[in-house]
Amino acid sequence: MSESKVLGAGATLEAEIEAGFDQSPPHHKLMTLNMGPQHPSTHGVLRILLELDGETIIKAMPDIGYLHTGIEKQCEGKTYQQVVPLTDRVDYLANLSNNLCYVLAVEKLLGMEIPPQAQWMRVMLTELTRISSHVVWLGTHALDIGAMTVFFYCFRERENILRIFEMFSGQRLMTSYFRIGGLALEPPRGWEKVVGKFINGFDANVDQYESLLNSNPIWIRRTQGVGFVPLETMLDLGVTGPMIRAAGVAWDIRKSEPYSSYEKFDFRIPTMPDNDVWARYRVRIEELRESCKIVKQALAGMPGGAWQAESPKVVLPQREKMKTQMEALIYHFKIVTEGFRVPAGEVYQVIESPRGEIGYYVVSDGTAKPYRVHMRTPSFGNLQVLPDMVQGRLIADTIAGLGSMDFVLGDTDR
Amino acid sequence: MLSEQVKERPVAAALEAHDPSALTGGIYEFGELTLSIDPAKIVSTCEFLKRAENFLRLSAVTALDWYPLEPRFEIVYQLHSLERNERLRLKCKISGENPEIDSVYSVWRGADWYEREVFDLFGVKFRNHPNLIRILMPEGWEGHPLRKDYPIHGYKYSYPNE
Repeated sequence: MSESKVLGAGATLEAEIEAGFDQSPPHHKLMTLNMGPQHPSTHGVLRILLELDGETIIKAMPDIGYLHTGIEKQCEGKTYQQVVPLTDRVDYLANLSNNLCYVLAVEKLLGMEIPPQAQWMRVMLTELTRISSHVVWLGTHALDIGAMTVFFYCFRERENILRIFEMFSGQRLMTSYFRIGGLALEPPRGWEKVVGKFINGFDANVDQYESLLNSNPIWIRRTQGVGFVPLETMLDLGVTGPMIRAAGVAWDIRKSEPYSSYEKFDFRIPTMPDNDVWARYRVRIEELRESCKIVKQALAGMPGGAWQAESPKVVLPQREKMKTQMEALIYHFKIVTEGFRVPAGEVYQVIESPRGEIGYYVVSDGTAKPYRVHMRTPSFGNLQVLPDMVQGRLIADTIAGLGSMDFVLGDTDR
Repeated sequence: MLSEQVKERPVAAALEAHDPSALTGGIYEFGELTLSIDPAKIVSTCEFLKRAENFLRLSAVTALDWYPLEPRFEIVYQLHSLERNERLRLKCKISGENPEIDSVYSVWRGADWYEREVFDLFGVKFRNHPNLIRILMPEGWEGHPLRKDYPIHGYKYSYPNE
Protein backbone atom coordinates (compact mmCIF):
# COMPACT_ATOMS: atom_id res chain seq x y z
CA MET A 1 0.00 0.00 0.00
CA SER A 2 1.35 3.39 -0.87
CA GLU A 3 2.17 5.94 1.75
CA SER A 4 -0.58 8.41 0.89
CA LYS A 5 -3.38 5.90 1.33
CA VAL A 6 -2.53 5.07 4.95
CA LEU A 7 -4.63 7.16 7.25
CA GLY A 8 -4.04 7.27 10.93
CA ALA A 9 -3.34 9.56 13.77
CA GLY A 10 -1.72 12.71 12.57
CA ALA A 11 -3.24 12.62 9.06
CA THR A 12 -4.69 15.97 8.06
CA LEU A 13 -8.33 16.51 7.23
CA GLU A 14 -7.36 17.42 3.66
CA ALA A 15 -5.67 14.09 3.21
CA GLU A 16 -8.69 12.27 4.56
CA ILE A 17 -11.02 14.06 2.18
CA GLU A 18 -8.68 13.32 -0.68
CA ALA A 19 -8.67 9.66 0.16
CA GLY A 20 -12.47 9.65 0.37
CA PHE A 21 -12.79 11.06 -3.11
CA ASP A 22 -10.14 8.82 -4.55
CA GLN A 23 -11.02 8.18 -8.19
CA SER A 24 -8.29 5.72 -9.04
CA PRO A 25 -9.00 1.99 -9.45
CA PRO A 26 -10.39 -0.10 -7.75
CA HIS A 27 -13.06 2.46 -6.72
CA HIS A 28 -13.56 3.56 -10.29
CA LYS A 29 -15.97 1.20 -12.01
CA LEU A 30 -18.14 1.26 -15.09
CA MET A 31 -21.83 0.76 -14.53
CA THR A 32 -24.17 -1.00 -16.92
CA LEU A 33 -27.62 0.51 -16.98
CA ASN A 34 -30.64 -0.99 -18.65
CA MET A 35 -32.78 1.77 -20.15
CA GLY A 36 -36.15 0.55 -21.32
CA PRO A 37 -37.99 -1.29 -22.76
CA GLN A 38 -40.57 0.50 -20.58
CA HIS A 39 -38.75 3.79 -20.13
CA PRO A 40 -41.15 6.67 -20.87
CA SER A 41 -38.73 8.63 -23.00
CA THR A 42 -37.98 5.76 -25.35
CA HIS A 43 -41.50 6.24 -26.76
CA GLY A 44 -42.35 2.61 -27.00
CA VAL A 45 -40.46 -0.54 -26.34
CA LEU A 46 -36.91 0.38 -27.18
CA ARG A 47 -34.29 -1.05 -24.87
CA ILE A 48 -30.84 0.48 -24.67
CA LEU A 49 -27.98 -1.04 -22.73
CA LEU A 50 -25.82 1.81 -21.51
CA GLU A 51 -22.33 1.44 -20.18
CA LEU A 52 -21.71 4.41 -17.94
CA ASP A 53 -18.67 6.03 -16.47
CA GLY A 54 -20.30 8.32 -13.95
CA GLU A 55 -22.79 10.19 -16.10
CA THR A 56 -20.88 9.75 -19.33
CA ILE A 57 -21.95 7.08 -21.75
CA ILE A 58 -19.11 4.83 -22.85
CA LYS A 59 -21.15 2.49 -24.94
CA ALA A 60 -24.79 2.33 -26.02
CA MET A 61 -26.31 -0.81 -27.46
CA PRO A 62 -29.87 -0.46 -28.75
CA ASP A 63 -31.94 -3.63 -28.58
CA ILE A 64 -35.05 -3.72 -30.74
CA GLY A 65 -37.60 -6.33 -31.67
CA TYR A 66 -40.01 -6.07 -28.73
CA LEU A 67 -42.80 -5.00 -31.06
CA HIS A 68 -42.06 -7.41 -33.88
CA THR A 69 -45.38 -8.69 -35.16
CA GLY A 70 -44.27 -10.41 -38.35
CA ILE A 71 -46.16 -8.09 -40.66
CA GLU A 72 -43.99 -9.01 -43.63
CA LYS A 73 -44.77 -12.68 -43.11
CA GLN A 74 -48.48 -11.96 -42.75
CA CYS A 75 -48.48 -10.02 -46.03
CA GLU A 76 -47.48 -13.17 -47.89
CA GLY A 77 -50.69 -14.88 -46.81
CA LYS A 78 -53.09 -12.09 -47.82
CA THR A 79 -54.39 -10.84 -51.13
CA TYR A 80 -53.01 -7.54 -52.40
CA GLN A 81 -55.94 -5.47 -51.19
CA GLN A 82 -55.95 -7.17 -47.77
CA VAL A 83 -52.38 -6.00 -47.13
CA VAL A 84 -53.46 -2.34 -46.94
CA PRO A 85 -54.80 -2.54 -43.34
CA LEU A 86 -51.55 -4.23 -42.27
CA THR A 87 -49.53 -1.30 -43.55
CA ASP A 88 -51.44 0.95 -41.16
CA ARG A 89 -49.99 -0.96 -38.25
CA VAL A 90 -46.40 -0.48 -39.37
CA ASP A 91 -46.05 3.16 -38.46
CA TYR A 92 -49.07 3.99 -36.36
CA LEU A 93 -48.37 7.72 -36.36
CA ALA A 94 -48.09 7.95 -40.14
CA ASN A 95 -50.49 5.29 -41.30
CA LEU A 96 -51.57 7.05 -44.48
CA SER A 97 -47.96 7.42 -45.64
CA ASN A 98 -47.55 3.67 -45.35
CA ASN A 99 -50.85 3.05 -47.14
CA LEU A 100 -49.72 5.35 -49.91
CA CYS A 101 -46.33 3.75 -50.40
CA TYR A 102 -47.79 0.28 -50.62
CA VAL A 103 -50.60 1.15 -53.01
CA LEU A 104 -48.21 3.11 -55.24
CA ALA A 105 -45.95 0.06 -55.46
CA VAL A 106 -48.79 -2.27 -56.44
CA GLU A 107 -50.24 0.26 -58.86
CA LYS A 108 -46.84 0.48 -60.52
CA LEU A 109 -46.83 -3.32 -60.94
CA LEU A 110 -50.34 -3.20 -62.37
CA GLY A 111 -49.55 -0.23 -64.62
CA MET A 112 -52.56 1.67 -63.33
CA GLU A 113 -53.53 5.26 -63.96
CA ILE A 114 -54.99 7.00 -60.95
CA PRO A 115 -57.48 9.84 -61.53
CA PRO A 116 -56.29 13.32 -60.52
CA GLN A 117 -58.76 13.78 -57.68
CA ALA A 118 -57.54 10.64 -55.95
CA GLN A 119 -53.92 11.70 -56.40
CA TRP A 120 -54.55 15.15 -54.95
CA MET A 121 -56.60 13.76 -52.14
CA ARG A 122 -53.73 11.41 -51.32
CA VAL A 123 -51.31 14.33 -51.25
CA MET A 124 -53.59 16.36 -49.01
CA LEU A 125 -54.19 13.55 -46.54
CA THR A 126 -50.55 12.46 -46.35
CA GLU A 127 -49.59 16.06 -45.62
CA LEU A 128 -52.17 16.15 -42.84
CA THR A 129 -50.57 12.93 -41.61
CA ARG A 130 -47.19 14.64 -41.65
CA ILE A 131 -48.61 17.51 -39.60
CA SER A 132 -50.20 15.15 -37.08
CA SER A 133 -47.02 13.08 -36.80
CA HIS A 134 -44.84 16.15 -36.35
CA VAL A 135 -47.07 17.65 -33.68
CA VAL A 136 -47.03 14.38 -31.74
CA TRP A 137 -43.26 14.40 -32.04
CA LEU A 138 -43.02 18.02 -30.91
CA GLY A 139 -45.34 17.52 -27.96
CA THR A 140 -43.69 14.38 -26.63
CA HIS A 141 -40.18 15.63 -27.31
CA ALA A 142 -40.87 18.85 -25.43
CA LEU A 143 -42.40 16.80 -22.62
CA ASP A 144 -39.21 14.74 -22.38
CA ILE A 145 -37.13 17.86 -22.05
CA GLY A 146 -39.47 19.38 -19.50
CA ALA A 147 -41.74 21.77 -21.37
CA MET A 148 -45.16 20.43 -20.60
CA THR A 149 -47.53 23.01 -22.07
CA VAL A 150 -46.51 22.37 -25.68
CA PHE A 151 -47.85 18.85 -25.38
CA PHE A 152 -51.42 20.06 -24.70
CA TYR A 153 -51.40 22.47 -27.62
CA CYS A 154 -49.98 19.83 -29.96
CA PHE A 155 -52.56 17.23 -29.03
CA ARG A 156 -55.32 19.78 -29.56
CA GLU A 157 -54.30 20.03 -33.23
CA ARG A 158 -53.78 16.30 -33.55
CA GLU A 159 -57.31 15.72 -32.31
CA ASN A 160 -58.64 17.95 -35.08
CA ILE A 161 -56.67 16.04 -37.71
CA LEU A 162 -57.90 12.72 -36.35
CA ARG A 163 -61.44 14.05 -36.63
CA ILE A 164 -60.77 14.86 -40.27
CA PHE A 165 -59.49 11.32 -40.81
CA GLU A 166 -62.56 9.94 -39.12
CA MET A 167 -64.74 12.02 -41.40
CA PHE A 168 -63.01 10.62 -44.49
CA SER A 169 -62.54 7.00 -43.57
CA GLY A 170 -64.58 6.28 -40.46
CA GLN A 171 -61.40 5.60 -38.50
CA ARG A 172 -59.22 7.90 -36.47
CA LEU A 173 -55.95 5.98 -36.48
CA MET A 174 -56.01 2.90 -38.67
CA THR A 175 -57.56 4.63 -41.63
CA SER A 176 -56.71 2.31 -44.57
CA TYR A 177 -58.17 5.06 -46.71
CA PHE A 178 -55.99 4.53 -49.77
CA ARG A 179 -56.76 1.45 -51.77
CA ILE A 180 -55.18 0.01 -54.86
CA GLY A 181 -56.83 2.01 -57.62
CA GLY A 182 -57.79 5.12 -55.66
CA LEU A 183 -59.55 5.84 -52.41
CA ALA A 184 -61.61 3.55 -50.22
CA LEU A 185 -64.65 5.81 -50.03
CA GLU A 186 -65.96 8.86 -51.77
CA PRO A 187 -64.69 12.04 -50.07
CA PRO A 188 -67.41 13.05 -47.59
CA ARG A 189 -69.73 15.95 -48.21
CA GLY A 190 -68.46 19.20 -46.74
CA TRP A 191 -64.87 18.08 -46.23
CA GLU A 192 -63.57 21.35 -47.76
CA LYS A 193 -65.12 23.33 -44.95
CA VAL A 194 -63.66 21.19 -42.18
CA VAL A 195 -60.17 20.93 -43.65
CA GLY A 196 -60.22 24.63 -44.58
CA LYS A 197 -61.20 25.68 -41.08
CA PHE A 198 -58.40 23.62 -39.58
CA ILE A 199 -55.66 24.56 -42.02
CA ASN A 200 -56.40 28.30 -42.10
CA GLY A 201 -55.90 28.49 -38.37
CA PHE A 202 -52.89 26.21 -38.31
CA ASP A 203 -50.16 28.77 -38.99
CA ALA A 204 -51.21 30.61 -35.85
CA ASN A 205 -50.91 27.35 -33.92
CA VAL A 206 -47.34 26.86 -35.12
CA ASP A 207 -46.59 30.41 -33.99
CA GLN A 208 -47.94 29.42 -30.63
CA TYR A 209 -45.62 26.40 -30.34
CA GLU A 210 -42.70 28.55 -31.35
CA SER A 211 -43.54 31.26 -28.85
CA LEU A 212 -43.36 28.63 -26.12
CA LEU A 213 -40.01 27.18 -27.17
CA ASN A 214 -37.91 29.49 -29.31
CA SER A 215 -36.75 31.77 -26.55
CA ASN A 216 -37.14 29.32 -23.70
CA PRO A 217 -33.65 29.23 -22.09
CA ILE A 218 -34.04 25.65 -20.82
CA TRP A 219 -35.14 24.43 -24.22
CA ILE A 220 -32.23 26.20 -25.91
CA ARG A 221 -29.64 24.89 -23.46
CA ARG A 222 -30.95 21.35 -23.71
CA THR A 223 -31.07 21.28 -27.52
CA GLN A 224 -28.37 23.48 -29.03
CA GLY A 225 -25.14 21.58 -29.70
CA VAL A 226 -26.66 18.36 -28.37
CA GLY A 227 -26.89 15.16 -30.38
CA PHE A 228 -24.39 16.08 -33.06
CA VAL A 229 -23.37 13.37 -35.53
CA PRO A 230 -20.97 13.99 -38.43
CA LEU A 231 -22.68 14.12 -41.82
CA GLU A 232 -20.44 11.38 -43.28
CA THR A 233 -21.56 9.00 -40.53
CA MET A 234 -25.18 9.81 -41.24
CA LEU A 235 -24.83 9.13 -44.96
CA ASP A 236 -22.87 5.95 -44.26
CA LEU A 237 -25.62 4.71 -41.97
CA GLY A 238 -28.38 5.64 -44.41
CA VAL A 239 -30.15 8.22 -42.26
CA THR A 240 -33.09 9.90 -44.00
CA GLY A 241 -35.79 12.50 -43.56
CA PRO A 242 -35.69 15.52 -41.25
CA MET A 243 -32.55 14.10 -39.59
CA ILE A 244 -30.51 14.42 -42.77
CA ARG A 245 -32.11 17.75 -43.70
CA ALA A 246 -31.04 19.11 -40.32
CA ALA A 247 -27.50 18.16 -41.37
CA GLY A 248 -27.72 20.47 -44.36
CA VAL A 249 -28.65 18.01 -47.12
CA ALA A 250 -31.58 19.33 -49.13
CA TRP A 251 -32.95 15.93 -50.08
CA ASP A 252 -36.64 15.25 -50.07
CA ILE A 253 -38.16 12.39 -52.07
CA ARG A 254 -41.22 14.54 -52.74
CA LYS A 255 -38.94 16.75 -54.85
CA SER A 256 -36.30 14.34 -56.10
CA GLU A 257 -38.56 11.44 -57.09
CA PRO A 258 -42.05 12.96 -57.11
CA TYR A 259 -45.02 10.63 -56.75
CA SER A 260 -48.79 11.09 -56.69
CA SER A 261 -48.49 14.48 -58.51
CA TYR A 262 -46.31 16.18 -55.87
CA GLU A 263 -44.55 17.91 -58.77
CA LYS A 264 -47.61 20.14 -59.14
CA PHE A 265 -47.26 21.61 -55.66
CA ASP A 266 -45.14 24.53 -54.66
CA PHE A 267 -43.15 24.03 -51.47
CA ARG A 268 -39.53 24.21 -50.39
CA ILE A 269 -37.20 21.87 -48.51
CA PRO A 270 -36.22 23.38 -45.16
CA THR A 271 -32.64 22.63 -44.11
CA MET A 272 -30.38 23.60 -41.23
CA PRO A 273 -26.60 23.26 -41.15
CA ASP A 274 -26.03 22.58 -37.43
CA ASN A 275 -27.04 18.93 -37.21
CA ASP A 276 -28.08 19.05 -33.55
CA VAL A 277 -31.35 18.60 -31.69
CA TRP A 278 -32.18 22.27 -32.16
CA ALA A 279 -31.68 22.02 -35.94
CA ARG A 280 -34.01 19.00 -36.10
CA TYR A 281 -36.60 20.94 -34.16
CA ARG A 282 -36.30 23.90 -36.54
CA VAL A 283 -36.52 21.70 -39.63
CA ARG A 284 -39.68 19.98 -38.39
CA ILE A 285 -41.31 23.29 -37.47
CA GLU A 286 -40.57 24.59 -40.97
CA GLU A 287 -41.95 21.36 -42.43
CA LEU A 288 -45.18 21.94 -40.53
CA ARG A 289 -45.51 25.28 -42.32
CA GLU A 290 -44.62 23.77 -45.70
CA SER A 291 -47.15 20.96 -45.25
CA CYS A 292 -49.72 23.57 -44.32
CA LYS A 293 -48.94 25.34 -47.61
CA ILE A 294 -49.38 22.09 -49.57
CA VAL A 295 -52.73 21.35 -47.94
CA LYS A 296 -53.93 24.86 -48.77
CA GLN A 297 -52.91 24.40 -52.41
CA ALA A 298 -54.67 21.04 -52.55
CA LEU A 299 -57.74 22.62 -51.06
CA ALA A 300 -57.75 25.43 -53.59
CA GLY A 301 -57.08 23.34 -56.66
CA MET A 302 -58.71 20.00 -55.90
CA PRO A 303 -59.72 18.51 -59.27
CA GLY A 304 -63.15 16.99 -59.61
CA GLY A 305 -64.19 13.80 -61.29
CA ALA A 306 -63.49 10.21 -60.45
CA TRP A 307 -61.82 9.17 -57.23
CA GLN A 308 -61.20 5.59 -58.30
CA ALA A 309 -59.55 4.19 -61.40
CA GLU A 310 -61.64 2.65 -64.18
CA SER A 311 -60.45 -0.87 -63.60
CA PRO A 312 -63.31 -3.22 -62.72
CA LYS A 313 -61.03 -6.22 -62.13
CA VAL A 314 -59.13 -4.43 -59.37
CA VAL A 315 -61.41 -1.78 -57.89
CA LEU A 316 -64.48 -2.89 -55.99
CA PRO A 317 -67.68 -1.70 -57.71
CA GLN A 318 -69.93 0.85 -56.06
CA ARG A 319 -72.67 -0.59 -53.93
CA GLU A 320 -75.42 0.74 -56.16
CA LYS A 321 -73.85 -0.74 -59.29
CA MET A 322 -73.35 -4.03 -57.57
CA LYS A 323 -77.03 -4.24 -56.72
CA THR A 324 -78.22 -3.41 -60.24
CA GLN A 325 -75.65 -4.77 -62.69
CA MET A 326 -74.75 -8.41 -63.19
CA GLU A 327 -71.12 -7.80 -64.22
CA ALA A 328 -70.45 -5.57 -61.26
CA LEU A 329 -71.78 -8.30 -59.00
CA ILE A 330 -69.48 -10.88 -60.62
CA TYR A 331 -66.45 -8.62 -60.32
CA HIS A 332 -67.31 -7.91 -56.70
CA PHE A 333 -67.54 -11.61 -55.98
CA LYS A 334 -64.24 -12.36 -57.75
CA ILE A 335 -62.32 -9.57 -56.00
CA VAL A 336 -63.66 -10.43 -52.56
CA THR A 337 -63.21 -14.19 -52.80
CA GLU A 338 -59.93 -14.53 -54.68
CA GLY A 339 -58.46 -11.08 -55.19
CA PHE A 340 -56.85 -10.05 -58.44
CA ARG A 341 -53.72 -11.28 -60.14
CA VAL A 342 -50.76 -8.97 -60.41
CA PRO A 343 -48.27 -9.55 -63.25
CA ALA A 344 -44.94 -11.00 -62.15
CA GLY A 345 -42.28 -8.44 -61.42
CA GLU A 346 -40.75 -6.42 -58.66
CA VAL A 347 -40.90 -2.82 -57.62
CA TYR A 348 -39.16 -0.68 -55.02
CA GLN A 349 -41.34 2.32 -54.34
CA VAL A 350 -40.04 5.06 -52.09
CA ILE A 351 -41.90 7.99 -50.60
CA GLU A 352 -41.10 10.64 -48.03
CA SER A 353 -42.83 9.86 -44.75
CA PRO A 354 -42.74 12.23 -41.76
CA ARG A 355 -39.71 10.28 -40.54
CA GLY A 356 -37.84 9.80 -43.79
CA GLU A 357 -37.65 7.33 -46.61
CA ILE A 358 -40.24 4.55 -46.68
CA GLY A 359 -39.47 1.93 -49.28
CA TYR A 360 -41.83 -0.90 -50.16
CA TYR A 361 -40.21 -3.68 -52.11
CA VAL A 362 -43.06 -5.69 -53.54
CA VAL A 363 -42.34 -8.87 -55.46
CA SER A 364 -45.11 -10.56 -57.41
CA ASP A 365 -45.01 -14.06 -58.84
CA GLY A 366 -48.16 -13.58 -60.88
CA THR A 367 -50.64 -14.80 -58.27
CA ALA A 368 -53.21 -12.92 -56.20
CA LYS A 369 -50.96 -12.76 -53.15
CA PRO A 370 -47.68 -10.86 -52.91
CA TYR A 371 -44.67 -13.16 -52.97
CA ARG A 372 -42.72 -10.84 -50.72
CA VAL A 373 -43.27 -7.40 -49.23
CA HIS A 374 -40.23 -5.82 -47.65
CA MET A 375 -40.72 -2.60 -45.78
CA ARG A 376 -37.72 -0.34 -45.60
CA THR A 377 -38.85 1.78 -42.71
CA PRO A 378 -37.31 5.12 -41.80
CA SER A 379 -37.17 4.46 -38.04
CA PHE A 380 -35.15 1.28 -38.53
CA GLY A 381 -32.59 3.09 -40.67
CA ASN A 382 -32.42 6.15 -38.44
CA LEU A 383 -32.13 4.30 -35.15
CA GLN A 384 -28.79 2.81 -36.19
CA VAL A 385 -27.21 6.21 -35.64
CA LEU A 386 -28.07 6.18 -31.92
CA PRO A 387 -24.72 4.82 -30.58
CA ASP A 388 -22.81 7.43 -32.59
CA MET A 389 -25.08 10.14 -31.25
CA VAL A 390 -24.85 9.37 -27.54
CA GLN A 391 -21.48 7.73 -26.94
CA GLY A 392 -19.14 10.02 -25.06
CA ARG A 393 -21.96 12.37 -24.05
CA LEU A 394 -23.96 12.78 -20.87
CA ILE A 395 -26.90 10.53 -20.05
CA ALA A 396 -29.31 13.48 -19.94
CA ASP A 397 -28.43 14.28 -23.55
CA THR A 398 -29.50 10.78 -24.54
CA ILE A 399 -33.08 11.73 -23.80
CA ALA A 400 -32.86 14.83 -25.96
CA GLY A 401 -31.05 12.94 -28.72
CA LEU A 402 -33.48 10.03 -28.70
CA GLY A 403 -36.43 12.40 -28.88
CA SER A 404 -34.95 14.29 -31.79
CA MET A 405 -34.74 11.14 -33.90
CA ASP A 406 -38.53 10.77 -33.94
CA PHE A 407 -38.73 7.02 -34.29
CA VAL A 408 -41.76 4.81 -33.89
CA LEU A 409 -41.07 1.36 -32.56
CA GLY A 410 -43.82 -0.22 -34.62
CA ASP A 411 -42.01 1.15 -37.63
CA THR A 412 -38.69 -0.26 -36.46
CA ASP A 413 -39.84 -3.75 -35.55
CA ARG A 414 -42.70 -4.27 -38.00
CA MET B 1 -25.90 -11.47 -72.41
CA LEU B 2 -27.14 -8.13 -71.15
CA SER B 3 -30.09 -6.70 -73.00
CA GLU B 4 -29.67 -3.47 -74.96
CA GLN B 5 -31.96 -1.70 -72.54
CA VAL B 6 -29.72 -2.54 -69.61
CA LYS B 7 -26.53 -1.71 -71.51
CA GLU B 8 -27.87 1.77 -72.15
CA ARG B 9 -27.84 2.51 -68.44
CA PRO B 10 -24.55 4.21 -67.55
CA VAL B 11 -24.15 2.28 -64.28
CA ALA B 12 -24.46 -1.08 -65.98
CA ALA B 13 -22.00 -0.05 -68.68
CA ALA B 14 -19.51 1.23 -66.10
CA LEU B 15 -19.78 -1.93 -64.05
CA GLU B 16 -19.31 -4.11 -67.09
CA ALA B 17 -16.23 -2.14 -68.08
CA HIS B 18 -14.86 -2.41 -64.55
CA ASP B 19 -15.35 -6.12 -63.97
CA PRO B 20 -17.29 -8.07 -66.60
CA SER B 21 -17.13 -11.30 -64.59
CA ALA B 22 -19.03 -9.78 -61.65
CA LEU B 23 -22.10 -8.91 -63.68
CA THR B 24 -24.17 -11.95 -64.52
CA GLY B 25 -27.35 -10.36 -65.79
CA GLY B 26 -29.68 -7.44 -65.56
CA ILE B 27 -33.16 -6.20 -66.18
CA TYR B 28 -34.66 -2.74 -66.61
CA GLU B 29 -38.31 -2.64 -65.66
CA PHE B 30 -40.71 0.01 -64.30
CA GLY B 31 -37.84 2.50 -64.57
CA GLU B 32 -35.82 0.47 -62.09
CA LEU B 33 -32.51 -1.17 -62.88
CA THR B 34 -31.72 -4.56 -61.38
CA LEU B 35 -28.29 -6.10 -61.81
CA SER B 36 -27.39 -9.65 -60.91
CA ILE B 37 -24.01 -9.93 -59.27
CA ASP B 38 -21.77 -12.91 -58.67
CA PRO B 39 -21.99 -13.44 -54.87
CA ALA B 40 -18.22 -13.88 -54.62
CA LYS B 41 -17.75 -10.38 -56.06
CA ILE B 42 -20.37 -8.50 -54.06
CA VAL B 43 -18.00 -6.57 -51.80
CA SER B 44 -15.66 -5.46 -54.58
CA THR B 45 -18.65 -4.47 -56.74
CA CYS B 46 -20.21 -2.44 -53.94
CA GLU B 47 -16.86 -0.76 -53.25
CA PHE B 48 -16.59 0.20 -56.90
CA LEU B 49 -20.17 1.50 -57.03
CA LYS B 50 -19.66 3.58 -53.90
CA ARG B 51 -16.28 4.98 -54.84
CA ALA B 52 -16.52 5.49 -58.59
CA GLU B 53 -20.27 5.69 -59.20
CA ASN B 54 -21.30 7.74 -56.18
CA PHE B 55 -23.76 5.30 -54.64
CA LEU B 56 -23.09 6.67 -51.17
CA ARG B 57 -26.24 5.34 -49.56
CA LEU B 58 -27.41 1.82 -48.98
CA SER B 59 -31.16 2.10 -48.70
CA ALA B 60 -31.91 -1.47 -47.63
CA VAL B 61 -30.80 -5.07 -47.73
CA THR B 62 -33.31 -7.86 -47.86
CA ALA B 63 -33.72 -11.35 -49.23
CA LEU B 64 -36.08 -13.47 -51.27
CA ASP B 65 -36.69 -17.15 -50.69
CA TRP B 66 -37.45 -19.11 -53.86
CA TYR B 67 -38.01 -22.41 -52.06
CA PRO B 68 -37.97 -25.14 -53.41
CA LEU B 69 -35.95 -23.77 -56.33
CA GLU B 70 -32.18 -23.81 -56.24
CA PRO B 71 -30.23 -21.52 -55.78
CA ARG B 72 -32.76 -20.81 -53.11
CA PHE B 73 -31.99 -17.35 -51.72
CA GLU B 74 -31.59 -14.03 -53.42
CA ILE B 75 -29.99 -11.24 -51.42
CA VAL B 76 -31.29 -7.87 -52.58
CA TYR B 77 -29.39 -4.62 -52.09
CA GLN B 78 -31.18 -1.32 -52.72
CA LEU B 79 -28.59 1.33 -53.52
CA HIS B 80 -29.21 5.03 -53.84
CA SER B 81 -27.15 7.90 -55.09
CA LEU B 82 -28.16 11.33 -53.82
CA GLU B 83 -25.94 13.11 -56.30
CA ARG B 84 -27.20 11.30 -59.39
CA ASN B 85 -30.72 10.95 -58.01
CA GLU B 86 -30.69 7.35 -59.10
CA ARG B 87 -31.52 4.01 -57.59
CA LEU B 88 -30.03 0.64 -58.32
CA ARG B 89 -30.88 -2.85 -57.15
CA LEU B 90 -28.26 -5.56 -56.86
CA LYS B 91 -29.15 -9.23 -56.52
CA CYS B 92 -27.03 -12.18 -55.54
CA LYS B 93 -28.25 -15.75 -55.82
CA ILE B 94 -26.97 -18.10 -53.16
CA SER B 95 -27.59 -21.72 -52.44
CA GLY B 96 -30.05 -22.96 -49.83
CA GLU B 97 -27.49 -25.39 -48.43
CA ASN B 98 -25.68 -23.49 -45.71
CA PRO B 99 -26.38 -20.03 -47.19
CA GLU B 100 -23.47 -17.64 -46.80
CA ILE B 101 -22.37 -14.38 -48.38
CA ASP B 102 -19.80 -11.69 -47.63
CA SER B 103 -21.01 -8.77 -45.57
CA VAL B 104 -20.97 -5.30 -47.13
CA TYR B 105 -20.54 -3.73 -43.69
CA SER B 106 -17.04 -2.65 -44.69
CA VAL B 107 -18.54 -0.58 -47.53
CA TRP B 108 -21.59 0.91 -45.81
CA ARG B 109 -21.91 0.77 -42.04
CA GLY B 110 -25.67 1.04 -42.53
CA ALA B 111 -25.70 -2.58 -43.69
CA ASP B 112 -25.24 -3.67 -40.08
CA TRP B 113 -28.86 -3.97 -38.96
CA TYR B 114 -30.21 -4.94 -42.37
CA GLU B 115 -27.87 -7.91 -42.59
CA ARG B 116 -28.71 -8.89 -39.06
CA GLU B 117 -32.38 -8.78 -40.04
CA VAL B 118 -31.79 -11.05 -43.04
CA PHE B 119 -29.78 -13.39 -40.83
CA ASP B 120 -32.57 -13.40 -38.27
CA LEU B 121 -35.51 -13.91 -40.61
CA PHE B 122 -33.92 -15.94 -43.43
CA GLY B 123 -30.96 -17.62 -41.76
CA VAL B 124 -28.41 -16.35 -44.25
CA LYS B 125 -24.94 -15.94 -42.73
CA PHE B 126 -22.90 -12.86 -43.52
CA ARG B 127 -19.17 -13.43 -43.38
CA ASN B 128 -17.11 -10.70 -41.67
CA HIS B 129 -20.14 -9.09 -40.07
CA PRO B 130 -19.05 -7.58 -36.73
CA ASN B 131 -22.08 -8.56 -34.68
CA LEU B 132 -24.21 -11.17 -36.41
CA ILE B 133 -26.94 -11.91 -33.84
CA ARG B 134 -30.73 -11.95 -34.03
CA ILE B 135 -32.31 -8.52 -34.12
CA LEU B 136 -36.11 -8.84 -34.28
CA MET B 137 -36.84 -12.32 -32.97
CA PRO B 138 -35.94 -13.23 -29.38
CA GLU B 139 -32.61 -14.81 -28.59
CA GLY B 140 -32.74 -18.55 -28.85
CA TRP B 141 -35.65 -18.60 -31.29
CA GLU B 142 -35.78 -21.68 -33.45
CA GLY B 143 -36.10 -21.30 -37.19
CA HIS B 144 -36.19 -18.34 -39.51
CA PRO B 145 -39.74 -16.99 -39.95
CA LEU B 146 -39.54 -15.45 -43.42
CA ARG B 147 -38.45 -18.68 -45.06
CA LYS B 148 -41.19 -20.05 -47.26
CA ASP B 149 -41.14 -23.43 -45.54
CA TYR B 150 -41.80 -21.80 -42.15
CA PRO B 151 -45.53 -22.04 -41.35
CA ILE B 152 -47.26 -18.74 -40.67
CA HIS B 153 -48.30 -19.84 -37.16
CA GLY B 154 -44.83 -21.07 -36.30
CA TYR B 155 -43.81 -24.58 -35.35
CA LYS B 156 -44.44 -24.43 -31.65
CA TYR B 157 -48.18 -24.35 -31.28
CA SER B 158 -50.90 -26.53 -32.69
CA TYR B 159 -54.41 -25.28 -33.21
CA PRO B 160 -57.43 -27.55 -32.67
CA ASN B 161 -59.01 -26.78 -36.04
CA GLU B 162 -55.96 -27.53 -38.16
